[in-house]
Amino acid sequence: MVKITYIEHDGTQHQIDAEVGTTVMNAALDNLVPGIDADCGGECSCATCHVMVDKTWMPKVGSPSDAEESMLDLNPERVENSRLSCQIPVTDELDGLVVNLPEFQF
Amino acid sequence: MAEATTPLMVDLDPATVPLEDIDVSQRELWSQNKKYPFFKRLRDEAPVHYCKDSEFGPYWSVTRFEDIMEVEQNWQSFSSDPTIVIQDPEEDFELPMFIAMDPPKHDEQRKTVQGVVAPRNLQNLEGTIRSRVQTILDDLPVGEQFNWVDRVSIELTTQMLATLFDFPFEDRRKLTRWSDVATGGPETGIVESEEQRREELYECLEYFTRLWQEREGTEEGIDLISMLAHGDATKNMDPQEYLGNLVLLIVGGNDTTRNSITGGVIALNENPGEYAKLRNNPKVIPNMVSEIIRWVTPLAHMRRTAVKDYVLNGQQIKAGDKLVMWYASGNRDERAIDRPDEFIIDRARARQHLSFGFGIHRCMGNRLAEMQLRILWEEIQKRFHKIEMVGEPERIPSNFVHGFSDLQVVLHPH
Repeated sequence: MVKITYIEHDGTQHQIDAEVGTTVMNAALDNLVPGIDADCGGECSCATCHVMVDKTWMPKVGSPSDAEESMLDLNPERVENSRLSCQIPVTDELDGLVVNLPEFQF
Repeated sequence: MAEATTPLMVDLDPATVPLEDIDVSQRELWSQNKKYPFFKRLRDEAPVHYCKDSEFGPYWSVTRFEDIMEVEQNWQSFSSDPTIVIQDPEEDFELPMFIAMDPPKHDEQRKTVQGVVAPRNLQNLEGTIRSRVQTILDDLPVGEQFNWVDRVSIELTTQMLATLFDFPFEDRRKLTRWSDVATGGPETGIVESEEQRREELYECLEYFTRLWQEREGTEEGIDLISMLAHGDATKNMDPQEYLGNLVLLIVGGNDTTRNSITGGVIALNENPGEYAKLRNNPKVIPNMVSEIIRWVTPLAHMRRTAVKDYVLNGQQIKAGDKLVMWYASGNRDERAIDRPDEFIIDRARARQHLSFGFGIHRCMGNRLAEMQLRILWEEIQKRFHKIEMVGEPERIPSNFVHGFSDLQVVLHPH
């Protein structure tokens, strides 16, 4: 189990325990963290699981693939540390990860 | 001796018709709502199915949720150019629009206008939408029969569209007409001839060209015309491309939500237990909205054209082949959706439906559609115990716009 903290737009924090092997998106849904829709169910095809990764974690989380980039790119509120959380696998390395949730999903 | 003609699907038994004869594009299947058993047969026995001859030429049907997702994701193999409907474009009347383009041009044009329907802007629209919904509902006759499609579904979506375009409000029904004309040729009865259709679309272009000229000279506003006139990727569009993109925005904002508004009333009438759930718990409305959009599937399909050879679920697709992704079928795929033929307003994972499409062409107005439906049902529940459907709905004879032209109802207040 690794700890992940989701911070809502209004500052509300949700710290949860996630199993290694799931995704940051699924861990949020499984623990009823609000603010992630995941309309496509984890297929990198809807961009409704957008998160902003805490900048200190970006080196460990890494950058988006081309497919993810093409979806993120259409979001007018996309920022430098934007990622689709369905494309971030939970690994031991990410224990303590912090991600911020956007005000709106698209 | 009479020439052999394609058999009419509505006259055949979906369980026994030879697979190779199935043609789900036939209008009668849609106007008579008889398509679902044919789609189930295809999903079970030929999920990627070749129809060698139809009114629209040969085409592949993609009917399972998962296969549709695979096609949606792969725009490099499955192009949206030259069109996203089963019917090929008319060679002497092309309507370029960004939904029917591939990256990078698609992305550039879409980015120009999508801000207007992005959630941040929608916050500012919520109050306007609510007061318009209230006026529409308060003006309805109580206890007497009327056409819900005309008085509510069309009226609300057309008012919304007029707002987004900052279009002269008193002329707003022109938008409804242009939307109908854009998607319906002479065979639908909407126009008498192809010439009439083009003439009316040119009137649309003329009208919008005046608005463009007014707005390109002033500071950029937050309406769609102004955004197009000022956007780097769109300000130099030629007239036909302007018309194409107008048609896209008009149809996208009009024909779709209109039919979800009507379809929701039908679904609740056909499922009184669900209507009771709604009365007991209005908090279910956001979830119900997603379920309505799945249940109705207001656009029945999107088409792609293969640009390279590709094996899709075991079938060899060749470059140049036409593929039709039947959302109306994928949304009833029992492999992806639990009890898909049932309308369940508190269904788990209700948002995971195909009606908005997936991938880079995913509906950009999805949040606006959901918001309009949510507000409408919130206001309906405040006023009416029941919207009673009296008589069968009249369906549009189209395999693309999956909707209704008439639904007679009687309102029963609390």
